[in-house]
Amino acid sequence: MSDYPHIKIQQEDFDLTTEVAALRAGHKDIGAVVSFVGTVRDINEGDEVSILELEHYPGMTEKALEKIRLEAHERWALESSLIIHRIGKMYPTDQIVLVAVSSRHRENAFYASHFIMDYLKTNAPFWKKETLPNGDERWVDARVTDKEAENRWVK
Amino acid sequence: MINVLYFASFREMLGKADEQIKADHSTVGALIESLATRGENWQKALLDNQNLQIAVNHDVAQRDTMIKAGDEIAFFPPVTGG
Repeated sequence: MSDYPHIKIQQEDFDLTTEVAALRAGHKDIGAVVSFVGTVRDINEGDEVSILELEHYPGMTEKALEKIRLEAHERWALESSLIIHRIGKMYPTDQIVLVAVSSRHRENAFYASHFIMDYLKTNAPFWKKETLPNGDERWVDARVTDKEAENRWVK
Repeated sequence: MINVLYFASFREMLGKADEQIKADHSTVGALIESLATRGENWQKALLDNQNLQIAVNHDVAQRDTMIKAGDEIAFFPPVTGG
């Protein structure tokens, strides 16, 4: 269990089935697995997007994600959890992020996966840059709605 | 020395990703004051920016966070991952 990587920052794509199988391996007491996959949209703020580039802060990213993951384990009874976030250049329909959580009963896995994604959005040091079809590049602005989504979890 | 890092739009606006600076600032705020004297971009990105995000040694920090030699201080805009 300790050798299992709970946080992965990687350029390459991931396979949901493989990752969930690894998450469940060795846990006979799991009754629920909830997974969330975030994908690249071809439109943002009304404009077509050709390329999405993800930058991150190596070292801090892993620390921030592990902190969020452990907080989810403190708040809900979970069996295992995994966060994968891709970096580098991605294109519309590509997978960007995976959060997968397992628990004995479904409610904990539903809540915890939602919590992890909301906190990841506002606390993990990643930045998105979009390239439009005409070649223009722009940094994506943080959304107020993401901060509001985080706040719903404040105790 | 301290190691100072700039990410995303900050890196582009300030024209550098990282630099070593002599460790003679007691807090992040004092470092920002000093960096802001470099010019308009620096003042705009760091001193006058209400949305400035700060990390010291990979933990979220504030302007009044104390810093010392060997620390890694990072400045960046609000995060947009996920």
